[in-house]
Amino acid sequence: MSEQTMNLKLKIWRQKDKNSKGQFVTYAMPGVSPDMSFLEMLDLLNLKLVRNGEEAVAFDHDCREGICGTCSMFINGRAHGPLKGITACQLHMRTFTDGETIVIEPWRAKAFPIIKDLVVDRSAFERIMQAGGFVSVRTGGAPDGNAIPISKAVADEAMDAAACIGCGACVAACKNGSAMLFVSAKVSQLALLPQGYAERKTRVEAMVAQMDAEGFGNCSNTYACEAECPKMISVEHIARLNREYVRAKLV
Amino acid sequence: MGKPTKFLTSSVGRKITLALSGFFLCSFLVVHLVINLFALKAKPDGTGAEMFTQYGDFMATHPIIRPLEWSLFAGFLLHAVLGIFLFIKNRQARPVRYDMNRPSENSTWTSRFAWLTGILVGAFLVVHINTFFIQSRFIQHRPMIDFIKEAFASPAYVTFYMVALVFLGYHLKHGLQSAFQTLGLRVGRYEKLIDAIGVVFWLLIPIGFAIIPLYFLFAY
Ligand code: FES
Repeated sequence: MSEQTMNLKLKIWRQKDKNSKGQFVTYAMPGVSPDMSFLEMLDLLNLKLVRNGEEAVAFDHDCREGICGTCSMFINGRAHGPLKGITACQLHMRTFTDGETIVIEPWRAKAFPIIKDLVVDRSAFERIMQAGGFVSVRTGGAPDGNAIPISKAVADEAMDAAACIGCGACVAACKNGSAMLFVSAKVSQLALLPQGYAERKTRVEAMVAQMDAEGFGNCSNTYACEAECPKMISVEHIARLNREYVRAKLV
Repeated sequence: MGKPTKFLTSSVGRKITLALSGFFLCSFLVVHLVINLFALKAKPDGTGAEMFTQYGDFMATHPIIRPLEWSLFAGFLLHAVLGIFLFIKNRQARPVRYDMNRPSENSTWTSRFAWLTGILVGAFLVVHINTFFIQSRFIQHRPMIDFIKEAFASPAYVTFYMVALVFLGYHLKHGLQSAFQTLGLRVGRYEKLIDAIGVVFWLLIPIGFAIIPLYFLFAY
């Protein structure tokens, strides 16, 4: 543990519930260890708030190791904070400097309504998955894993797409609030593999239709999503979704 | 699985249409530039512009050009209307803006402001079409080369052109690779090729267009 602690100011979005108007509240935050994770720092703040009889800041979190994708927050103008390829829970306070003011906001998108403080409703992603993010198979005896050969290159690409944790940083960072990186990762992952091949035409159409219905914006290829994705998912998957869509319409 | 989408009302379908109309307009830029470069043959003594004038006559009078002219006009309209429509839809997708946002750390300004460079190029086009096309064809009925000589004798007008061409360059810098991406073609093995085509368009085409006013202002 480093001996020195940091004095920070936190400017946090507080909103009582879905329908109330939110506002920023600034908190003085002394005694922050540089070794703390960002969420531990928020835990510390909440501890103090509760001790003072105030309401704790609501934020989503679960795994705290970068795999569940729940810890959505916009930190100092960036999705999941300033570092590349990590989630907010993997961010450490040593990234910041003593005396700094840190602005913490929820994801802002029409399709992700705020539930409370920093917590947003990301069920739009679930509904997109329900529309087509699956393969229809009869259950039965488990087939042999090697019965269907898949080339290493294709398996790797599908795995890269499957790394998506559905955190919503792509939507949060995109100036258009577009969900194309998320949807394309799901479409791509299944379209690449033989098991997903059979339904590729209906899948891409259904998932795009649901994405549009949820009120996400239209991708204008700024590639902010790729830059902010904690799993560094490539926009090549968006190109594949576009190809899948053209194919579904033409073939 | 859910219902299929209608091409023109789906986000991806609209974007593909925007991309295809963009490519169509790019093809026009090439033709437009090649023909205009013949204007450089015009000499101060009034000779040399015969070929350019012949092209102009052909373009203005030959029946085969009419449907092309109308489709070009429709292409511009489609690209502009769809672009503005998508821009508005995209603003609605984020009704509350971030208090602190640092987009310059994750994307280029040419990509974020393609809508603005597009609107500026569109505004330039209104002036441009009036100065040359409308005046020559419908109002004064004089050959195009006259208008070129007159308009580009003014340093202010030439400056206006240079600024507009810079915006055109920035619009193409984002637009061309974006169109390839939207059509699903900007992938690994083609990326270098697409970048090369991109440079030809966003850099060389505006430079080519810039030579003409500069020639008439300085060398003519
Ligand atoms: S809490 Fe699970 S990814 Fe951050």
